[in-house]
Amino acid sequence: MAGEPIDDAIAALSNLLKEKAELGTVAAAKIKQLTAELEAAGSSPFNPDERIRTGFDHFKKEKFEKNPDLYGNLAGGQSPKFMVFACSDSRVCPSHVLDFQPGEAFVVRNIANMVPPYEKTKYAGTGAAIEYAVLHLKVENIVVIGHSRCGGIKGLMSIPDDGTTASDFIEQWVQICNPARSKVKGGAGDSSFPDQCTTCEKEAVNVSLGNLLTYPFVREAVVSKKLALKGAHYDFVNGSFDLWDLDFKVTPSVSLV
Amino acid sequence: MSTSSINGWCLSSISTASSSVRRAALRPNSVVCAALNAISSSSSSFPPLIQDRPVIAQPSQIITPTLPLSEEMGKEYEEAIEELQRLLREKGELKATAAEKVGQITASLGTASSSGGIATSDEASERIKAGFIHFKKEKYDKNPALYGELAKGQAPKFMVFACSDSRVCPSHVLDFQPGEAFVVRNVANMVPPYDQAKYAGAGSAIEYAVNFLKVSEIVVIGHSACGGIKGLLSFNFDEPNTTDFIEEWVKIGIPAKSKVKSQYGDAPFAEQCFHCEKEAVNVSLGNLLTYPFVREGLVNNTLKLKGGYYDFVKGSFELWGLQFGLSSSFSV
Repeated sequence: MAGEPIDDAIAALSNLLKEKAELGTVAAAKIKQLTAELEAAGSSPFNPDERIRTGFDHFKKEKFEKNPDLYGNLAGGQSPKFMVFACSDSRVCPSHVLDFQPGEAFVVRNIANMVPPYEKTKYAGTGAAIEYAVLHLKVENIVVIGHSRCGGIKGLMSIPDDGTTASDFIEQWVQICNPARSKVKGGAGDSSFPDQCTTCEKEAVNVSLGNLLTYPFVREAVVSKKLALKGAHYDFVNGSFDLWDLDFKVTPSVSLV
Repeated sequence: MSTSSINGWCLSSISTASSSVRRAALRPNSVVCAALNAISSSSSSFPPLIQDRPVIAQPSQIITPTLPLSEEMGKEYEEAIEELQRLLREKGELKATAAEKVGQITASLGTASSSGGIATSDEASERIKAGFIHFKKEKYDKNPALYGELAKGQAPKFMVFACSDSRVCPSHVLDFQPGEAFVVRNVANMVPPYDQAKYAGAGSAIEYAVNFLKVSEIVVIGHSACGGIKGLLSFNFDEPNTTDFIEEWVKIGIPAKSKVKSQYGDAPFAEQCFHCEKEAVNVSLGNLLTYPFVREGLVNNTLKLKGGYYDFVKGSFELWGLQFGLSSSFSV
């Protein structure tokens, strides 16, 4: 029910301001006042069910019903070109950061966007996703995206050198990227802890890219040039994004007789 | 032929760090004091992120209208609107009133129209670049208050389990904005039971969300036409596995399969899948109870568990709660 009128109302006001930019300050002040008034008026506590309802209403009206072709096609099946590993962190969803639309990316999100090595029982969760994406969906790219101020990487860098852990799962999981930690600690010199963490965020992506190569179906697809592996780092403090490729080559063997 | 040796990989870099310089209010005489509160983990009625905004002590009237001015005002306006929309997402019941009032503001100022668009490219890197540039321009640069606050920390109220399926991202389906939901996505949105050796991936996410971020809701969202659930119903688990990982993973949902087979065993396969997609959510909710810190949150009433089901064929969404109660004990 509610949803459309407010969006229309805002659109109308915004359009007016495109014509009369000089009214921007006045409008901003009035909107702020209105927000304050409404906030005071409806001082009901946070209602999660209501938040979910309005969120879906918005999606339904603004996206689902406005793009019957897209959603009609997607109802028949998915064929995403990307598989993405991103962190569970609430600030780094690839649908926002890379503007991915429904149908574009098959997404795994876990602590510190880590890809563990091929291991049938210990890492079936990640393995199942990679197997499904590569063999069934035949994605053309796997992108592993790290990010700034990652709690998981900070956790990894904070594990004491004697290896004692205090958590049920977290430290065990993030140690998948121990090689990154060792590399950063080894070459750290006198750089600060936050700097070390930043370096480790990127190195951990490289460890994950290396781990992807432990999956036979990934190697095979990469060798036959059907699949590209990419690493990335999103810095939400500076608003920057780095992207790099993993070049994987098989050199012809040299036989010496 | 190709005896794939893993030694031959190297990294080449494309940097998209475009214009990351934030414009710091360049006005003479203006004092910008960032009056931002630290994120409190306690649950105020409103995410603290939303209200925080830099306080500009000296308003901008002094400036002579030159080029950057209208952009500056535009920014101020965008921020004001963003704040209003955040409020309305939380309190949907105010939308009607808000619409009316915004209409009045518009009427009091005048009327007009216009529109905009985006571009993409086929090549993967170009697509990624274009996507980020869109985000940067349309969201990041337009909401310095939000992104400034998020740079310091996150305090999401929701933890969400959703499927890896490309059609079901909660940022789309539930319009979640950055900072709102800590998200795990895996095949068939499954929560495995507490098992330190086998399921550290899901376990670490739950532990982090509950113990560190102190989320107040965990929502497990299933969906229509789920490939993982179809697999669960199709695999013969008495035989040796036919996949490297998929059977091993989806077998978490076997209790749902058993229930569906016993209740709807005669129904068409598609209908069985539909029931199993929902039952698997319930199995996941049950599995959440095997985590001591989740149980503790429920007992202390600081955490709630919900199930959701998104049907992208019909365009519907269902939400239900897991009732968890302890009746008072009695002794004789």
